[in-house]
Amino acid sequence: METTRKLIRKQSLEKLYNKLTADRKVYAPVTAADKQVEYKYNPGFADVTFDHIRSTLSVKNVVFPKVENLFFYTNSRTESTISEIDLNKIPEVVLWGAHPCDTSALDTLRSIFCWDITDEFFLKRLEKLTVIGLSCHQSDQYCFCTSTGLSPNSSKGSDILLSGLQNGDYHADILTEKGKNIVNSSPELFEVISDGKEIIAEVKQKFSHEKVTEKLAGAFEHPFWVANSLRCIGCGACAYVCPTCACFDIQDETKGNNGKRYRSWDSCGFSLFTLHTSGHNPREVQSQRWRQRIMHKFSYMPERNKSLGCVGCGRCSSGCPVDMNIAEQLEALQNI
Amino acid sequence: MSDNIYKPYLMEIDNIVEETPDVRTFRLKFKNAEDAEKFSFKAGQFGEYSVFGEGESTFCVASSPTRKGYIECTFRKAGRVTNALANLELGDTVGFRGPYGNTFPIEEWEGKNLLYIAGGIALPPMRCVIWNTIDLREKYKDITIVYGARTVSDLVYKEELKEWEARPDIKLITTVDPGGQTPEWKGEIGFVPMVLEKVAPSSENTIAILCGPPVMIKFTMPVLKKLGFKDKDIYTTLENRMKCGFGKCGRCNVGKVFVCKDGPVFSYEQILILPEEF
Repeated sequence: METTRKLIRKQSLEKLYNKLTADRKVYAPVTAADKQVEYKYNPGFADVTFDHIRSTLSVKNVVFPKVENLFFYTNSRTESTISEIDLNKIPEVVLWGAHPCDTSALDTLRSIFCWDITDEFFLKRLEKLTVIGLSCHQSDQYCFCTSTGLSPNSSKGSDILLSGLQNGDYHADILTEKGKNIVNSSPELFEVISDGKEIIAEVKQKFSHEKVTEKLAGAFEHPFWVANSLRCIGCGACAYVCPTCACFDIQDETKGNNGKRYRSWDSCGFSLFTLHTSGHNPREVQSQRWRQRIMHKFSYMPERNKSLGCVGCGRCSSGCPVDMNIAEQLEALQNI
Repeated sequence: MSDNIYKPYLMEIDNIVEETPDVRTFRLKFKNAEDAEKFSFKAGQFGEYSVFGEGESTFCVASSPTRKGYIECTFRKAGRVTNALANLELGDTVGFRGPYGNTFPIEEWEGKNLLYIAGGIALPPMRCVIWNTIDLREKYKDITIVYGARTVSDLVYKEELKEWEARPDIKLITTVDPGGQTPEWKGEIGFVPMVLEKVAPSSENTIAILCGPPVMIKFTMPVLKKLGFKDKDIYTTLENRMKCGFGKCGRCNVGKVFVCKDGPVFSYEQILILPEEF
């Protein structure tokens, strides 16, 4: 579809938001009391933030929930049955105000969950999702989207991309049929474009991801991994805040004869992740696990999934309790 | 059919063999006739077996695709799921997802000699391909099986070992580690690599299929090389911890190679270029 650009006034945004929340779920960012930004379903418009640089957790929860039930079972000595989850009941959701790193990450997740065989739990959620992205008007030292081939106003993954103007209004780039449907449901809120200057953050490029990928091909045994992971405490926080980390665990939970099998977020940073029952562990020390994290995102995924496993949101670095900075490491990596 | 790729088939335990004090073989039949009808697999593939409430565990299908109507799995009581499996009885229900992964290229092996080398609990992942090729016996030349375990009581498939031993068209060599023998033991005494060196099967027109603990592999490879086997003519099946079985959960990869998708069957030629991550 050809992109069309319209104008939406500051005061019209609230009308659009209220209209959307009236008949479906809208997942939007709010600032909590501790100044952390989190996404919530249908918060009041007054609480929705337009000024966040990054939410604490990414938006991946909307398509890849922290915990997702895969089916329910009853299990007694004599009888076992499985009851399925009706994926058609997954509701329509609008993701509101997600920045380009997070919207692009939805595409990255698709490249994992739809690789080879399709994971319908993920795909159904993505199909029911309409994404109203928001270009970044500010950045901080952790941002590095431009090093991953994206930009603060990249439209990847968005159905409509809003970009703030100096006068407080917004450009609305309508990118897909889903985006068009939203505009068509409230045509009065979208005006013909007039002159206005977008305020887009500047994000300096820190490394070339192509160069990193190239370097990694021969870097498996490099001392870099030990030297750069000595600080790592294997807490897994980087994976939990990451918008593209998709590794998961599968577990059962039972009460009496009834239970459910679910999957939940997991992290390659944990030693238990790859531990065999025999006690053997292919990635037994933290440096091997740190290498896996970088290799997976910047070497294996580009080759196998045809997508880079990083969008440069900076959460893993800003959230790291021991201040490991992935962008700095990748910058160093391209010169080893 | 459901779109839910995580939903297991419901299987009924149709037979239980206590192979050793801690190893069991289950014969599993599909509870739903339609599932049984549609299901097919090939030698080398694996599945996720589950006890509802305890979780899933990964094993290769241990029976041959030439034996229709059921699958078998052999497991050692080791972790949470395998202990729960071991507590089940005839008629109980097990979940099964699969088959996943690639297969042994047995069509390519036609007209060749086959040398199977297994150690301990690594015979079960090879039993499928062993029976598969025995059931198509006329397509292969000599079939030799070298199987070792720590002690006589640790040998699995005792009944089948007798059967293979009795067949004139199969050469079976069994061995136990020194000290693992009983007064009645008539097989070899010694570690698998040493016994292999002693038996010295020819590498001429022969495919070697090797599976065992890392230490056995480590010492068997030089023997195979000495016997003249080429890397491309040696096969093994790898195991790594898995959850999903189809390339999404992110834990079984060895470098860029997913054991669940690109394996579990690899030639030694392929293994040599893998990073040491298995």
